[in-house]
Amino acid sequence: MESDALKKMLRDILLARAFEERAAQEYAQGNIAGFLHLYPGEEAVGVGVLHAAEPADYVVSTYREHVHALVRGVPARVVMAELFGRKTGCSGGMGGSMHLFDRERRFMGGYAIVGETFPVATGIGYAIAMRELPEAVICFFGDGAVNQGTFHESLNMAALWKLPVLFVCENNHYQIGTEIHRHSAVAEVYKRACGYRIPARRVNGMDVLAVHRATAEALRQVRAGNGPQFLECETYRFRGHSMADPGSYRPKVELQAFEKGEDPVKIAIAETVATYPSAEQIAAVGSDNIDNLMGSLHSGGHFPPEHLDAMQAAIAAEVEEAVRFASDSPEPTLADAEAALDCNRHGEVLI
Amino acid sequence: MDISMATEPLINVAAAAREQTGAEALNDALALCLQHDPTTLLIGEGVPDPKGIFGTTSGLRQRFGAQRVLDMPLAENALTGICIGAAISGLRPIMVHQRIDFALLAMDQLINNAAKWRYMFGGQARVPLVVRCIVGRGWGQGPQHAQSLQSLFAHIPGLKVVMPVFPDDAKGLLCAAVADDDPVIFIEHRWLHTLRGDVPSGYFETPLGKARRRREGRDITLAAFSYMTLEALGAARALARLGIEAEVIDMRSVSPLDVPAVLRSVARTGRLLVADTGHQSFGVAAELIARVTRQGFDQLCAAPASVALPDLPCPTAHAWAGHYYPTAAHIAEQALRVCGVHIGEAQRHELDKLRPDTPADIPNPDYRGPF
Repeated sequence: MESDALKKMLRDILLARAFEERAAQEYAQGNIAGFLHLYPGEEAVGVGVLHAAEPADYVVSTYREHVHALVRGVPARVVMAELFGRKTGCSGGMGGSMHLFDRERRFMGGYAIVGETFPVATGIGYAIAMRELPEAVICFFGDGAVNQGTFHESLNMAALWKLPVLFVCENNHYQIGTEIHRHSAVAEVYKRACGYRIPARRVNGMDVLAVHRATAEALRQVRAGNGPQFLECETYRFRGHSMADPGSYRPKVELQAFEKGEDPVKIAIAETVATYPSAEQIAAVGSDNIDNLMGSLHSGGHFPPEHLDAMQAAIAAEVEEAVRFASDSPEPTLADAEAALDCNRHGEVLI
Repeated sequence: MDISMATEPLINVAAAAREQTGAEALNDALALCLQHDPTTLLIGEGVPDPKGIFGTTSGLRQRFGAQRVLDMPLAENALTGICIGAAISGLRPIMVHQRIDFALLAMDQLINNAAKWRYMFGGQARVPLVVRCIVGRGWGQGPQHAQSLQSLFAHIPGLKVVMPVFPDDAKGLLCAAVADDDPVIFIEHRWLHTLRGDVPSGYFETPLGKARRRREGRDITLAAFSYMTLEALGAARALARLGIEAEVIDMRSVSPLDVPAVLRSVARTGRLLVADTGHQSFGVAAELIARVTRQGFDQLCAAPASVALPDLPCPTAHAWAGHYYPTAAHIAEQALRVCGVHIGEAQRHELDKLRPDTPADIPNPDYRGPF
């Protein structure tokens, strides 16, 4: 992989973590109301998938979509403003955390009903297919969504009509607080796609490069006109389901294991930042593998640690500015709300 | 007071009128929309079937191809979402349910998604979607195939709800619904597919949310939805023989609701009866009466009345249907009460003449089914 591309992925993964942690703080201070579903732990999925996509591709997301929007290029300040419910937000303050939208970047929205998005993505796929364009739709969803009827209805139609849809399961093993073995008869989510003859595979969703590779291959198939593809990214949510959920139903040891051993941010840094192996590391992997290890570090971009510090500082400033922008932005008015609907009640006298 | 409801302009009327059935008028409207705009899409269970959704979609697949006129798997909720996805990426889908009851499977997509979409993304984009739903009254259709659910949809801000009666309106309102940039629930009464009337040829739009006066009168306003407009016209003819001139307003749309048209009429007549094809409780008749009462209380000289379905599921048996569906006789009887007329021998005689000889669940005596 190109060193620049790797650096961009690292930057997005760091931004994702910093943005979400800051959003949690702003929520705790009462600056963000309602729901706030955060992404820490799952960054490698959104970043890996979306970096493999083209600007002309469409993205349909869930209620845990801040990072999807950020990686898609929606500026942090307008995402933060939307979380704050301000007029300058990417949905004019009318949607909030769960309904980010950016037409220009083909970010076709976050949705708050689990499973509602499968058909929306499939329908966009229909429109692409009708126009015979080399575009694709990426449909994100969680492991909990696959038990909805819309999952099966949509996979059937996407396969039947050979639509250009990439279904991406962010399997964080919890449907809110219900562990996957307690909500799914088949816990290997990718196997569900076999019933519709949709090629499916499972990847380590904590490894941004693995996700990126798998997505690039899947999108190649989709663009070749071979119909939908299915990717299950096994990942883990470091926080509770939302800010209203401490996530205390999970064994501590499980959380620690992921945070210490499989933090996607740490993995991405390790994959990007060039740190030459110590004598102990060389001894541990054995001399036969030294060349391989060195090779991967070279291809990993030679990103010196001091550059990482500068990147982190720039991201911190960007997030700080996003919060300031959101705080200083005006709130939407009743007239804005009416303009955003202007539909069947327009002009009626309602008393 | 001048009432000019019947004279709203029609856009692009191409040529003279000719007689058609409601189904033929709808078929024409669909063909014109598909022809007029290559982004229009027609999809639903049975659309390319030889019977063509009661004839309304016949021949369209042959003319416009399988990619634009297509059948669907039985997956109403996802298909509605697919139509939403197609709509937000530049297409104009028209979805068809052979029975409105099937649309209940898609309530999440219709209410949580289609109706909210434009609003929750700050009005940045719209969902130009038409969902045709057919009310399948009678012929043993029963509780799950004959409901008239306009009030469910009309309750939701963000959904427009249309109920044409006459063939010309069926065509003009369908063209307008397809041209509209927001979701429209287009409710057709099965019995109106066979109703004949003059329909202008060529493309034209009839504005959504505008009622149409179908009969002038000074004594009572009969505001009716869907098929009940025909019953109201029948009642008005009988009332005229009893010296009461009823004004009949075909509401045509449920949401937006043309309350001003009814208020203008009530300002002349002072009395109101609303007839609806749905259930009494929490229905559109109740809503219209409430609004007219709130906004025009001082114009009313009697309490308004409503004629609608009882709060019971739709019947299957012929015999029970006779007790279930209100007719012109029910409307006329209620109208007499609103007008304070004692129901004596003469009145009873006229009301009896209104009671149909045929079972209440077939559209005409020659009807042999099936639907």
